[in-house]
Amino acid sequence: MYKYNDFDTAFLAERNAQFRAQVERRIDGSLTEDEFKPLRLMNGLYLQLHAYMLRVAIPYGSLNSAQMNTLALLAEKWDKGYGHFTTRQNIQYNWPKLSDVPDMLDALAEVGMHAIQTSGNTIRNVTADHFAGAAADEIEDPRPIAELIRQWSTDHPEFQFMGRKFKIAVGGAAKDRAVLKAHDLAVRVVQNDAGETGYQILIGGGLGRTPMIGKVINDFVPRADLLPYIEAVVSVWNQIGRRDNKYKARIKITVHEHGIDDIRARVDARFALIRPTFLGADQELFSEIKAHFSAPKFRADSTTPYDTAYKADPVFRAWADTNLADHRVSDHAIVTISIKKHGATPGDASAEQMRVMATLAADYGYDELRISHEQNVILPHVHKSDLPAIHAKLKQHGLGTANIGLISDIIACPGMDYCALATARSIPVAEQIATRFDDLKLEHDIGHLQIKISGCINACGHHHVGHIGILGLDRAGVENYQITLGGDATWSAAVGERAGPGFAYDEIVPAVERIVDAYLSVRDTAEETFLETYRRVGMSPFKAALYPEAIKKVA
Amino acid sequence: MARAFTPKVITANHLIEGDVIYLTAADTWSRDLAEAELITDEAHAQLRLLDAHSQPATVVGAYLADASSGTNGPEPTHFREEFRRTGPSNYAHGKQEVLANV
Repeated sequence: MYKYNDFDTAFLAERNAQFRAQVERRIDGSLTEDEFKPLRLMNGLYLQLHAYMLRVAIPYGSLNSAQMNTLALLAEKWDKGYGHFTTRQNIQYNWPKLSDVPDMLDALAEVGMHAIQTSGNTIRNVTADHFAGAAADEIEDPRPIAELIRQWSTDHPEFQFMGRKFKIAVGGAAKDRAVLKAHDLAVRVVQNDAGETGYQILIGGGLGRTPMIGKVINDFVPRADLLPYIEAVVSVWNQIGRRDNKYKARIKITVHEHGIDDIRARVDARFALIRPTFLGADQELFSEIKAHFSAPKFRADSTTPYDTAYKADPVFRAWADTNLADHRVSDHAIVTISIKKHGATPGDASAEQMRVMATLAADYGYDELRISHEQNVILPHVHKSDLPAIHAKLKQHGLGTANIGLISDIIACPGMDYCALATARSIPVAEQIATRFDDLKLEHDIGHLQIKISGCINACGHHHVGHIGILGLDRAGVENYQITLGGDATWSAAVGERAGPGFAYDEIVPAVERIVDAYLSVRDTAEETFLETYRRVGMSPFKAALYPEAIKKVA
Repeated sequence: MARAFTPKVITANHLIEGDVIYLTAADTWSRDLAEAELITDEAHAQLRLLDAHSQPATVVGAYLADASSGTNGPEPTHFREEFRRTGPSNYAHGKQEVLANV
């Protein structure tokens, strides 16, 4: 884990003191809302439907138990006892008072956390593979690079007032678990033919009203060239990106309008100009950062307690089958803790649950936790012999749900229950789908199926890349939900195809059920996943299931 | 032809708490939509909005929201305003929580 040095601590203390003074000046009337708004946004503070919302960064989704305990403290002391983990590995508090926010930020600073650049037209919190440092298929831990990018981008003078926000994700494994192709810029650790480690760079991905899949701009950037290369990309976009229309300001539109070859040529020219100004300080810093992320000393022990529980306890077995992933050390496992209990709000954890997870990390998990963009919590390093004890503890606190990757493991944005931008609700739709399929006892039979729900066109709920995507809209003053099928959030990324006319609020759950019924009846074998079936048979059987009246009319 | 003016209330968020508030006919801010002034005249609505904007130390983001006349005072006509006057649907938080504790 990265530990703040004196510079980081002093920087954050100064920044928090500045914001405290800005809040005071807003409250005493010396700053207008127009003057204050950009300042509060730079510090992660939004004004939503019912209250302010503070978005705290969890850089690349990594945190330790002390940090998780502080997140619990904030929830309890200044909010309503819970927090909402987001699709960008942040946590949001939905009910803070403006006058309390400076104290919240000071509490975060004590454990090396902040809310800087979680909003505004800046380079946002850098996200990464949530199995970073633990995955069996990893080439290199992506977090040192993510931390380097975080430090470089924080308060970068060139990139504080851009045309629009800029999101960077980093992956270091064969499998993409960070939705790399839906980011403004993605860094993927790769090896070249000579066996050297470097970075493949993708740009121009993004969801929102114009979803685009990222394109490769450079197949191999050597390690020492990474920061100047990224700086060249952001710099080129910052200059030629459109500022006349905020919906056309993201880099995906710039790449689309100019073409990737033109952008590549401009980036190369810019890179040639700025590369000589990087004299190696970044590489020294990188070595320093890297040392913080060295793997824990994994203990060796017998896995018998795990094997025994797996054989004897069907509830434990079901959980182990869905919620564990392969660790790079064979007697260890990666545990995904579902914070998607059936019928509960996806991504919400109570202060008590946060403390339980922090304690488990401290007792069994080498003091490490991760937050996934799928809105779950991960214990990245657990010796298998400890899994039965962990599972028992999780069950006691509503955290033992065995549904990772299944139909109830839904991504949902806050939607119109909280968000000022939303056009419809997401959370109750997610709750009802999860409850319905739990009642049917079908989800393990259905297998891997990702539903992603957004409450507006901005797509925080990643609906475009859901196997089943749901988009909530306001149609003539009534909530209406559009369905897309066949989206894919992995390295084989695809934007889902719209199925047809939308469904009313009380029709959307039955509609999803009809899609799933159609899948179950047309899949080849129980092993063929929803996405594989969709790719084989296309839209028509699902369309027929969704719109039986239309079929009747044609007949 | 310009669209006919429909009745409105003036609503905003409170500067400190951030919660939803409504302008009353008595020139105070209420947390209860039923106590809001229902404005039926467009020119009057613009004047009242100016009044609201002139109170930056109390309110943020004042705007005119559609409303209709109900038995107990103004009622929302759009679901967004219904959620704003009630609170989120996943927890009994926000205004519904305050009402439950009365």
